[in-house]
Amino acid sequence: MKRSELVQSVAVAAVGAAVAGAATASAGKPALAQSGKKINVGFSAPGANHGWLAAITKNAKAQAAKYPDVELALTEGNSTSAEQIGQIETLINRKVDVLVILPQEGQALTAVATKAMRAGIPVVNLDRIFSSPLAYRTWIGGDNYGMGVSAGNYIGQTLKKGKVVEIAGLDSLELTKQRSAGFADALKNYPDITVVARQAADFTPDTGERVMANVLQAQPHIDAVWNHDDDQGIGVEAAIRNAHRSEFFMVGGAGSKHAMEVIRAGGIIKATVLYSPSMAASAINLARLIALNRGLAETAEKVVPSSITLYSAVVTRDNVAQYLDVGF
Amino acid sequence: MSRPLVAAAPPRSLRRRLFGAHNIGLLGAFAAIVVAGAVLSPYFLTASNLLTILTSASVIGVISVGMTFIILAGGIDLSVGAIVALAGVCATTPGSQSLGWLVMVGICLAVSAAVGLLNGALIAYGRMVPFIATLAMLVAARGLAQHISGGVPQTVNDATFNNIGSALVLGIPAPVWVFAAVVVVGWIVLNRTTFGRRTIAIGGNAEASRLAGIDVARQTLVLYVLSGLCAGIASVLLTARLTSGSNDVGNLYELDAIAAVIIGGTRLSGGRGTLAGSIVGVLIFTLISNIFVLENLPSDIQSIAKGVIIVAAVLLQRRNSSSR
Repeated sequence: MKRSELVQSVAVAAVGAAVAGAATASAGKPALAQSGKKINVGFSAPGANHGWLAAITKNAKAQAAKYPDVELALTEGNSTSAEQIGQIETLINRKVDVLVILPQEGQALTAVATKAMRAGIPVVNLDRIFSSPLAYRTWIGGDNYGMGVSAGNYIGQTLKKGKVVEIAGLDSLELTKQRSAGFADALKNYPDITVVARQAADFTPDTGERVMANVLQAQPHIDAVWNHDDDQGIGVEAAIRNAHRSEFFMVGGAGSKHAMEVIRAGGIIKATVLYSPSMAASAINLARLIALNRGLAETAEKVVPSSITLYSAVVTRDNVAQYLDVGF
Repeated sequence: MSRPLVAAAPPRSLRRRLFGAHNIGLLGAFAAIVVAGAVLSPYFLTASNLLTILTSASVIGVISVGMTFIILAGGIDLSVGAIVALAGVCATTPGSQSLGWLVMVGICLAVSAAVGLLNGALIAYGRMVPFIATLAMLVAARGLAQHISGGVPQTVNDATFNNIGSALVLGIPAPVWVFAAVVVVGWIVLNRTTFGRRTIAIGGNAEASRLAGIDVARQTLVLYVLSGLCAGIASVLLTARLTSGSNDVGNLYELDAIAAVIIGGTRLSGGRGTLAGSIVGVLIFTLISNIFVLENLPSDIQSIAKGVIIVAAVLLQRRNSSSR
C-alpha cells in the first residue's frame, strides 16, 4: 500500500531515469510513523511571485500531506536573502529534523545552511545550489544546460534547417546563461539552422510581450522560437497573436499548465521543455528518507545519494497527457 | 468643476505652448533617435513597426499622464506598477470573469481608484511623505496581488475584453486610441482648468497655495485617485493585450514613468513641467528599446546605453535652459 503510493508519487514527480521508480527501502524496516514519532520537515523557499515558485511550495505541501508521519514547518514569502536567512535560523531553533531549502541565492544562503548541517540538521538543497558541498546532505534540482540541449535537439530534429529566435529569461542569472549555452551547443549539430535573434525578456509576461512584438518587426520570416520560460511565454504568445503571425512554431520552457493545454489543443506552442516544480515534492520524499535513514529502493544504495539531477523531458502533443498533472 | 479661466495668454508658438520654453533639447534627442533608427534598420520606418512602438508605449504612456500631475504637484507615486498588477489580477479571477467584460473593466478601474484614494488619504490627511506612503502601497499591493492569484497567471477567456488590447480601429490598435484620449483629456485638465492650475500651484509652493485659499489636502487626495485611475486604465490595456492577469507584471513601471516625466522636463520638486514633454519622454524610451531589439543588441549593452541616453537628455536640456 505505502509502497505503491510512493511509486506513484515519484512517477508524478517525473524525476529522471536515474531514480525512476524510487520508493522506500524494503518493508523490513519499521516505518517511523508506526513508532508514533513525527518527522519535522522545515521548508524554506522564496516568495511565490512567479508561477514556478508558487508551484514549488504547492508541490511541497501536497507531498508532505501524503505522509501521516511528516509534519511540514513552512516559511515562505521572503523576498530577500537576508529575510530567508532569518526564517531558516528560526527553523534551526525550532529543532526541525531535516530542512528543505530553495535559496533566494545559493551563495548568500550557504553560511546558514552550513550552520544547520553543523547543528545536526540534514539539508536537502532544492534547485539553486549552495556554493559549498558542506552546506547540504543532498542536492536535487533541474538541469538548465540540459533544458537548452533538449530544446535545441527538438527544434533541430523538427526543422533540420531554418531561422530560429531565442527569447531568454534574465541575462544576469547564471541559469539563463546555462540554458542558452545548452541550446547553442545542441544546435551545433544542425549547421543549417541559424539563431537570427536572441533577446532577454526578464521572466515576466509583459516584458515577454514587448520584446517579442519588437523581434517580430525585425524578422519577417522565422521557423521556430525557443522561449525559456512559460510565464513570460504568455506575453510572447500574445505578441505573436497580435502580429497575426503563424509561419513558425514555438517551444516553451518549464512546463506550465497553460503551455501544456496549448500543446494539447494544437496551438502555436508545439512543445515545452520541463523544468518541473515536482522537484519540490521529490525533495520532501528525500528529506523523509534521510530522516528515516533509508535509501532509494530499486537502487543498491543504502542511503539517499548526494545529488539528483532531473531530466529535462520534452513535452509534445504525443506525450502531453502524461505530464498534464505536473503542469503548474 | 471649472471656474472662469484666467485671461488668455499672449499667443505663443505651438512648440512653446506644448513643451514650455526648455524642451528644444528633448525634441532634438527625439529626432536624433528617430533618424538613428531609420538609418540602422530597414524595418524601423514601416507602418507596422511604428504601430508596434505606439502600442508598446501606451501602457507606460497612460501611467505617465497621471505621474506628470503627481510630480507637478510636488509628489511621487511609487505604487503605479503594483496597481497595474493588482487591478489586473482582481479583474481576472474566475469570479470576476463570470460577470462579463464590462464588470471586469469596472473592477480594474475601481480597484486602482481605491488604492489611489488610500494613497491620497495617507498623504493628505495622514501627513505621510508621498515617497513612503506609496512605497508601502507598492509592497502591500504586490503582496495582495500575489495572494489573490496564488502567483499563477490567470488566463482571460472573454473575447470582448481581450479585444480592448488588440482590436484595430481605423487600422490603429485600440490601446493607441485609449492612450491618445488619456493624453488629450490630461492636457485639457492640466492647461485649461482651475484644477490644473491648482496642481501646478501647490507643486510650486504648497503653503502659499493654502494661504491663497486652495484646499491643498483635497487637491492632493484627488490627484492620487487620478494617478491610480491612470494605472487602472493601463492595467486594462495590458491585461487585455496579454489576455492574462498576473501579479508579476508592471515591475518597475513606476521608475519608467518617473524617468519619462523627468526627461520630459518636469522638475522633480514640482511646480514646473509639461505633459507633452512626458509623452515625448515615454516615446524616447520605447523607441530606444525598439531599435535595440531590431538590431538584436544584448541586454547588457541595452542597459548601459539607456543610462547614457537618460543622462545625455537631461544634460542637454539643462544646458539649453540655463543658456536662456
